[in-house]
Amino acid sequence: MTAPLLSVRDLHVTFGLDEGSVRAVDGVSFDVLPGQVVGIVGESGCGKSVTMRSILQLVDEPGRIKQGEILYRMRAANGQPETVIDLTKLAKRGPQMRAIRGAEIALIPQEPMAAFSPVHTVGDQIIEAIQLHHTQWVPDGSGVSRAKAREIVVELFRDVGISMPEQRVDAYSWQLSGGLRQRAMIAMALSCKPRLLIADEPTTAIDVTTQAQVLALLRELQRKYGTAIIFITHDLGVIAQMANSVVVMYLGRVAEQGPVDAIFHSPKHPYTRALLRSIPSIVGETQVALPTIAGTLPHPFNRPTGCPYHPRCDERKGPECAARVPNLQPVDQGQSVSCFLHHDSSDTQ
Amino acid sequence: MTASHSADTQQPLLQIRDLRKFFPITAGVFNRTVGHVRAVDDVSFDVFEGETLGLVGESGCGKTTTSRCILRAIDPTSGQILFRRKNDEIVDLAKLTREELQPLRAEIQMIFQDPFGSLNPRMTLFDNVGEPLLVNGMTNREERTDRVADLLKLVGLRPEFMHRFPHAFSGGQRQRIGIARALSTNPRLVVADEPVSALDVSVQAQVLNLLLELQSRLGLTFLFVAHDLSVVRHISDRVAVMYVGQLVELAPTKTLFSRPRHPYTSALMRAVPVPDPRIPVGEVTLKGEVPSPANPPSGCYFHPRCRFATDRCKVEAPALREPSPGHFVRCHFADELDLTTAF
Repeated sequence: MTAPLLSVRDLHVTFGLDEGSVRAVDGVSFDVLPGQVVGIVGESGCGKSVTMRSILQLVDEPGRIKQGEILYRMRAANGQPETVIDLTKLAKRGPQMRAIRGAEIALIPQEPMAAFSPVHTVGDQIIEAIQLHHTQWVPDGSGVSRAKAREIVVELFRDVGISMPEQRVDAYSWQLSGGLRQRAMIAMALSCKPRLLIADEPTTAIDVTTQAQVLALLRELQRKYGTAIIFITHDLGVIAQMANSVVVMYLGRVAEQGPVDAIFHSPKHPYTRALLRSIPSIVGETQVALPTIAGTLPHPFNRPTGCPYHPRCDERKGPECAARVPNLQPVDQGQSVSCFLHHDSSDTQ
Repeated sequence: MTASHSADTQQPLLQIRDLRKFFPITAGVFNRTVGHVRAVDDVSFDVFEGETLGLVGESGCGKTTTSRCILRAIDPTSGQILFRRKNDEIVDLAKLTREELQPLRAEIQMIFQDPFGSLNPRMTLFDNVGEPLLVNGMTNREERTDRVADLLKLVGLRPEFMHRFPHAFSGGQRQRIGIARALSTNPRLVVADEPVSALDVSVQAQVLNLLLELQSRLGLTFLFVAHDLSVVRHISDRVAVMYVGQLVELAPTKTLFSRPRHPYTSALMRAVPVPDPRIPVGEVTLKGEVPSPANPPSGCYFHPRCRFATDRCKVEAPALREPSPGHFVRCHFADELDLTTAF
């Protein structure tokens, strides 16, 4: 088995507020293998975005990584072998973390409109990133000239399918359509040749036809450069198309994870099963009541005891569900579940 | 659509005829009009009593503008919006003045997309839901309290919540509050503009179920505007597809999804990601961008992106035809193309 590129181990992130502390991420573990697409699914408030921000050390105050490791395998450089570093140990604003953001791990944010500065051209913003991480392009450290960086941007724009790239380099983000802006964002994310791309709902704000184009583009670039992608979305259709493996999150914990086919065709966790049943299908019976998940998401200050899903679970096993927190245990080939229906292992709490 | 359903949907509640809404583009010091954005360009369709008509299309296709014209939130440039009132009198909403519209407002209501922006945060549920009642003459507070309690029960909320403020509720609950408010005046036509697109999957299913249940209990007619094709397919009896301000296809849901006749409809369906990893990803059939409604292409608006376009499509604009009963399509080659999908 190949060694993982990124390995999140028992991550806990809490937000200390006046009313008490919110456990946004409560013991999350998963691996990302090189060149693999990992899909992360979950509803609002499940902690998927906070997990991603933790990887990049971008969690805002009062959020704090309380416990856990985020192990990233740095690529070999300057004759030095690959090293594994714990990102949680690095200073948030330190030079090491800043060298990793963009160059090693890049982010495609959800709203490309908000992510680009409206007062600089998109070209200038990408040129700045390339010149900052110049060793990604010119390893000897002699730097990248502005003219050279501009050439790279034009080439990247052509790669991501932006027509008339020479002109579009000088456009402002508000002059581009939603699809073009998202393509420019992808070009920016790829501009420093990262090995891991975090795509946080990259197609939620765009139309389905543009979404199809952007997803096809990401698949093609992923094949071409072998970039690993963590793909966050609430759209199970997108996950089915994009991911090799899937992590299902609920209330800051991993409910289930496994290969994409297993998650969709033999889901083990009651939450995954309920989630899959509740989406209207493009092939199923119409105008009938959809199966729903009973109740609502509990308030963050009012976390249920035991398994976080037990108050809404329709396959509840017994009193242990309310008493102990099941942890993630392998049950099948590559598939792990945190549910007492499948094992009897729990966290000591 | 079942036979019994089609029998009671014979009578149109709403008839849209040649609806146009152009927004002027102005330039210069004197704000001279230099062109028009043809947001809604010659749209005609019927909405039958008791049915759900889905209206789909990409952003900028004019689906929201159409729904706003029906509510007269904006004034259409030309065309007719014929609405059949309770007493079977037919009125043209497009021609009425503000005062004349007032009594009709109760019969046509709206459910909004954003459950966080559409409720007044400084008003309790009682005031939010009860305001339309007050405006429509229910001045007795006790009577209003009873009605609001009934409405909250109807949408699956506890009447005790009445004196709380919207911030205490989740997105799905707020959408229920918005639905309760829309239903407060006993409307016959409800225009729902993307009512579930801001909600999580599990909550979306709950709200869709609620809408279906309310429709069968109260005999409501829905105009359901959305971009999510699987949601529209699930809830609609018939579906209308818009592209650059024009209606390109309208058909009963099952027919439209199994045998679309317009190349745009078929491309739109192929673009929907299917939640099954075993179904291979199809190639992207729709390339390029939606043209601007300020400067639409010549001939058929869809020809620059159409796989089947011929020279005729570049010069001659197709008219909306009815190649089989109840199936309308705006394409020269609707009878010849085989666009059968996997659905």
